[in-house]
Amino acid sequence: MSGRTRSIVVLAAAFAVVALAALIASGGSDGNQTLDERVHEIGAGLRCPVCLNLSVADSPSKLAGEMRTEIQTQLRAGRTSEQIRAFFIDRYGAWILLSPPPHGWNLVPWAVPIVGMLAGVTLWVAFVRRRAPRTAGEVTESEHLRIEHELADLEEPG
Amino acid sequence: MSAGVDSTDEAQVDGAVDPDGKVPSRRRWRTVALVLAPLVLFALLLATGLGRDARELPSELIGQPAPTFSLPRLDAGGTIDLGELQGQVVVVNFWASWWVPCREEHDALAAAWGRYRERGVVVLGVSFEDTREAALRFRDELKGDWPLADDPGSRTAIAYGVFGVPETFVIAPDATIAAKTTGAVTYEWLTDEIEGALRAGNVA
Repeated sequence: MSGRTRSIVVLAAAFAVVALAALIASGGSDGNQTLDERVHEIGAGLRCPVCLNLSVADSPSKLAGEMRTEIQTQLRAGRTSEQIRAFFIDRYGAWILLSPPPHGWNLVPWAVPIVGMLAGVTLWVAFVRRRAPRTAGEVTESEHLRIEHELADLEEPG
Repeated sequence: MSAGVDSTDEAQVDGAVDPDGKVPSRRRWRTVALVLAPLVLFALLLATGLGRDARELPSELIGQPAPTFSLPRLDAGGTIDLGELQGQVVVVNFWASWWVPCREEHDALAAAWGRYRERGVVVLGVSFEDTREAALRFRDELKGDWPLADDPGSRTAIAYGVFGVPETFVIAPDATIAAKTTGAVTYEWLTDEIEGALRAGNVA
């Protein structure tokens, strides 16, 4: 295994570890959440209609506050997170979701980063390959001998 | 002069030879294009995307049953109940005294109310994120006598998927939402949509 292959493998492994950690960190919703935590979790996935780029959980706008109250009221009434999300989607459209559901045209924003990263890695590998002979050329014993022979031929033509 | 020309020619030849012969200029151009293409695409995407108003979306509620409400009246006592208005065309206008376009559309609403109230059309102003006092001051100042309602906790606004004010919905006699517009409503839009809803009601 050459140094370059090893560094690629190490890099890939590092990516895998980070991705796994992110997956574990994001999937931590268990049944022991308080009402406020559940309101926050649902609100964090909804876009505030007033400020557009903050979530309902984070926005200081009055309407977002009232939406949190609405979420709380519906949770108290025994509705599930999915039902509450559907309530908002029915009224505001999928627009209200901060992450577009991954189907149809919505797959584009999901795929672009992955495609971009793969393209980047491919370009990078191709670039390194092309550069490789110049930077990491190790001269073997037989090549050494050949070079000396050629040089000798040059100095004494004929 | 001729010496000068010669020296520039030589310089160009030197440049084309490329000392290590590894990166011919055509390939370099291809690399530059490869780097620039995504940037240009991204800039175009932003240029078209950022120019659009994210609120100007077709309502999800067109053709759907209008969310029911029973709201306390602002301009008089009692409540106003959408259920009691079934069979009539109802124009629900979300508005606020603090927002200038709501002033701009006031005349259009007044004219539509004046023209269609005889035919059973109800214009209803629902106050959005406003105080009772400010709403009533607005009414005193600009006049008008169509009913106004308060919306505690904006529950009705949320049920109608309101982003901000003004937004106006036309509810058909069969209690479905026939049309919606964002921003100051015009008299033309109101007459078109009200006539359409009235015709649909007569057919049904």
